[in-house]
Amino acid sequence: MTEAVIDWFGRFGGRYVPETLVAALEELDAAYEAARGDAAFWGELNGLLRDYVGRPTPLYLAQRLGDAVGGTRVYLKREDLNHTGAHKINNTLGQVLLARRMGKRRIIAETGAGQHGVATATVCALFGLECVIYMGAEDVRRQALNVYRMELLGAEVRTVAAGTRTLKDATNEAMRDWVTNVESTHYIIGSVVGPSPYPRLVRDFQAVIGRETRAQLHEREGRLPAAVIACVGGGSNALGIFHDFIPEPSVELIGVEAAGEGLDSGRHAASLAAGRPGVLHGSLSYVLQDDAGQIAPAHSVSAGLDYPGVGPEHAHLKETGRATYTSVTDEEALAAFGSLARLEGVIPALESAHAVAHFLRDGRRWSRIGPVVICLSGRGDKDVAQVAERTGPTRLL
Amino acid sequence: MGTTSSEADRLAARFAAWRAAGRRALIPYLTAGYPDPQETPELLLRLADAGADVLELGVPFSDPLADGATIQHASERALQRGATLAWTLDALADFRRSRETAVVLFTYLNPVLAYGVERFLRAASAAGADGVLLTDLPVGSDRELEAAFERAPLALVRLLAPTTPPARVREIARRAQGFLYYISRTGVTGARTELRARLADEVAALRRFTRVPIAVGFGISTAAQAAEVARVADGVVVGSALIDALDRGGPVGAEKFVASLRDAVDAVDQ
Repeated sequence: MTEAVIDWFGRFGGRYVPETLVAALEELDAAYEAARGDAAFWGELNGLLRDYVGRPTPLYLAQRLGDAVGGTRVYLKREDLNHTGAHKINNTLGQVLLARRMGKRRIIAETGAGQHGVATATVCALFGLECVIYMGAEDVRRQALNVYRMELLGAEVRTVAAGTRTLKDATNEAMRDWVTNVESTHYIIGSVVGPSPYPRLVRDFQAVIGRETRAQLHEREGRLPAAVIACVGGGSNALGIFHDFIPEPSVELIGVEAAGEGLDSGRHAASLAAGRPGVLHGSLSYVLQDDAGQIAPAHSVSAGLDYPGVGPEHAHLKETGRATYTSVTDEEALAAFGSLARLEGVIPALESAHAVAHFLRDGRRWSRIGPVVICLSGRGDKDVAQVAERTGPTRLL
Repeated sequence: MGTTSSEADRLAARFAAWRAAGRRALIPYLTAGYPDPQETPELLLRLADAGADVLELGVPFSDPLADGATIQHASERALQRGATLAWTLDALADFRRSRETAVVLFTYLNPVLAYGVERFLRAASAAGADGVLLTDLPVGSDRELEAAFERAPLALVRLLAPTTPPARVREIARRAQGFLYYISRTGVTGARTELRARLADEVAALRRFTRVPIAVGFGISTAAQAAEVARVADGVVVGSALIDALDRGGPVGAEKFVASLRDAVDAVDQ
């Protein structure tokens, strides 16, 4: 037998899955290899990204946000303006085209905040495919709007009441569905996590964010950014915007994890800051876990960051020092959520608000050297009800 | 069986002796620490004495994504009651003081990584394990890690699935230690009312690739199904249905269920 092709990012990554899934992962890998070299595949994908999703998304100079930290030039990469309101659809479109090439008529996905679920339900509607979305019971509660959107789009939303009732358990349940229905079903993983080849494949489909950013900034400023800031749960928007800049050592790459109620509280989702290498959901990466190797519950006000693992390429970028990772608490993210709304008239997703919060905290240090780019990975409409419930409508300002 | 042979050889030798005697191996699975760590020692003795040839001892894990609802629940409960890998090895050592029944540890990778692979291999051998089955370390996934397990005296029991392509079956069979575990259907663990219609053909097809003993598991829930599997395989694994029997009838109920499986398997004409 020829040696299996398995992706590694330094010592991270791999394909740690039940035997039943190995053939499907090899099939996916082969389908992607064939598609990568096929101009017709990219022609179809790029056409849909332009006409259906609305790409390229704007790179917007956020003057008042920059003024709030001493005049740093800061741009927002407006992934919130994509169809369905987040970067997730860049990946779901790519993967649904692969599913069609493999002849799979049934699609499953996990979702946390619901953005990946909505993006998956959307492309399934577009291509007339059966769609089942797994979502934790806690997330169903705090993201009710997105549950309704998925159902409106014709997807079946299955509530997962096991474990922590969030993204981790939704992913477990999606994996179990896939093990059971692997011959008919493609699993659209929503982030740069999971077994090989998903971390690379999802990154490649999200890399359009960084390519556009680079070209747009070159046109505006004639130079590379000083820094790129993005939130990190699994880390797909971050790798998407980082990827093109990794070979450019002058560009500082900063990932922002969710510190929840504080790293010392134990209630957070900062896998890179406070986790240890371990195997979760098919790859080796940083994982929040106890001394016995049991996965620890994560916590974040943002459902999309509420995950005890992180993509293996981020683990590698951390260990090599090519990217740095910091974290932002629930309170800081909520404050940034309000600040961006008032300063720029843009309501960010709570996930993206973590990246904005880091800029508000640290943005002065680029005031002379700018520009900085923040990946505004999604819009915050889905979070308004949850934030109002938490802070009270009058306290929002 | 020489006393100096490795556990892998020991397990293979036992299967060879059973095969020569026309005996099919009965392999009950139990989640360590379920329903409570205090009950595990007695349960292991009862299962052994009811006719288990190999005990599959499940190490509870927080995210058992190859398992269905029954074993998920059992794992969650065992963890709540404080069961860990270290405790599981202690329980095994305790069992080994009075019984010679073969034991295979069934575990996910992460608890083993957290414990330390070399430390685990030493401790599991010392506790009296004969083999280890890792649900999420498929053949070819991690050369270094697999080599560490393959070098160790414990048998690294490999899984085969209905989706495994022929070239991969050959590779897995070549590297098999102890016995091969054939997953009787795509899916997670859990009792099912029917077996795959093509199971007999599938096992027969595997025999063309290997002379290593083949045990079949996943979804076998009744004595009749166990007998059906015993007609074609060298061993029969029963897990979730045993936990269901334990829930319904306590340790005595579990023991009776295993005894009924033993009778059914032994009644099959060889």
